[in-house]
Amino acid sequence: MQCPKCHAPMHTYNRNGVQIEQCSGCRGIFLDYGELEALTRLESQWSGHQPPQAPPAAPAYPAAPAPAWGAPHGSHHGHHGHKRHKSFGHMLFSS
Amino acid sequence: MTALLPALTAQARLRARHSDDCACSDPHGVLADRPDATVVRHAQVVAKAHAPGTPEPTLTARLAAAAHPDLADTLLAPLSPRPDRLHDRLVTLWPHGTPVDRDDPDAAPWEAVAALLARLHRTPPTRFQAALPPMRGPEKAARAVARMRAAAPHPAASPVERAWAVLPPWARDEAPYPGPAHLCHGDLHLGQLVRAPEGRWLLIDIDDLGTGNPAWDLARPAAWYACGLLLPEEWTSFLNAYRAAGGPAVPADGADPWPALDVPARALTVQTAALAIAKAVAGERALDEVEETLVDACRRMAAVPPDLAPTCAK
Repeated sequence: MQCPKCHAPMHTYNRNGVQIEQCSGCRGIFLDYGELEALTRLESQWSGHQPPQAPPAAPAYPAAPAPAWGAPHGSHHGHHGHKRHKSFGHMLFSS
Repeated sequence: MTALLPALTAQARLRARHSDDCACSDPHGVLADRPDATVVRHAQVVAKAHAPGTPEPTLTARLAAAAHPDLADTLLAPLSPRPDRLHDRLVTLWPHGTPVDRDDPDAAPWEAVAALLARLHRTPPTRFQAALPPMRGPEKAARAVARMRAAAPHPAASPVERAWAVLPPWARDEAPYPGPAHLCHGDLHLGQLVRAPEGRWLLIDIDDLGTGNPAWDLARPAAWYACGLLLPEEWTSFLNAYRAAGGPAVPADGADPWPALDVPARALTVQTAALAIAKAVAGERALDEVEETLVDACRRMAAVPPDLAPTCAK
């Protein structure tokens, strides 16, 4: 997996049963759905407090930057059945 | 004009040191025959007749760059340092290389292209004895728009015109590029890449080579990605490889590349859409789904001029 911010490889660590990905470049941390809640729960167990209200789930994995005039997200043609449009296949090789 | 093809074939055969009546089993044939270029192959030799009216000094300067030892790992070197003249056309001779498989674009060597471009862009243009002309990217974009205008009216032409109108003069070939000049290919696509016999990839086609904005060479993949045609993972691997190889067209530190890519990617989207419209008019056919995608992008571009354009999805 690559860091969405600096694109360096991310390494997986296990912290008290919670899988955490950390970037080898910028040291940023990526949490899957529910992992932040799991960490918060662990923290509150140690400090002896009730778990706080669960925060909203971490946002979805961000896409690479795109210009404002770009196609709306999720409209990538290439995804459909992993078969490219013939016309685009031709375009890849044309001046 | 009709005599060009046999004469060009004879030239390639001569250079391959095969006889006139050679009926060898080595691959040979016509690789391209367009108004702007005729390319034939005989065994390991490729002969190209350049566009009519190509000025000899600029082609010779471009040929010298391709022959320069500093670019031996980047550009395919010609077999002779000067063009020949054949039927009023300038002809150059090249070793044959294996192109990217058109039937398997998923196997496209995006990272290799990126590394080649980074090396090209990092080569100081002052390295060459003869001054190189400007790269011809903006000129080709302007020619595509002119071709669309010369075709019969088409409803998709007006969004393309509006997207073209908001571009700065340098991108429309109306002024020199005002930024620092780098060595650029000028017409990068997957057909501009061959594998040499020893296995490495090299860039070919020096007709548009010259100095200018290096982001132009990244702009086709950038435009395809922005239009939703190139997969995000392909775009990301291309961009990462370019950065890893020290390419100067985008910031190296992982900052948003789009402020640098925006204008060239718009221009290439306009160019591709304009050519698609001209071809659709000539072929009396409708635009296909992919071509409509480009026109849709042009429609959105006109609403967000380049200097106002924010980027999204950081």
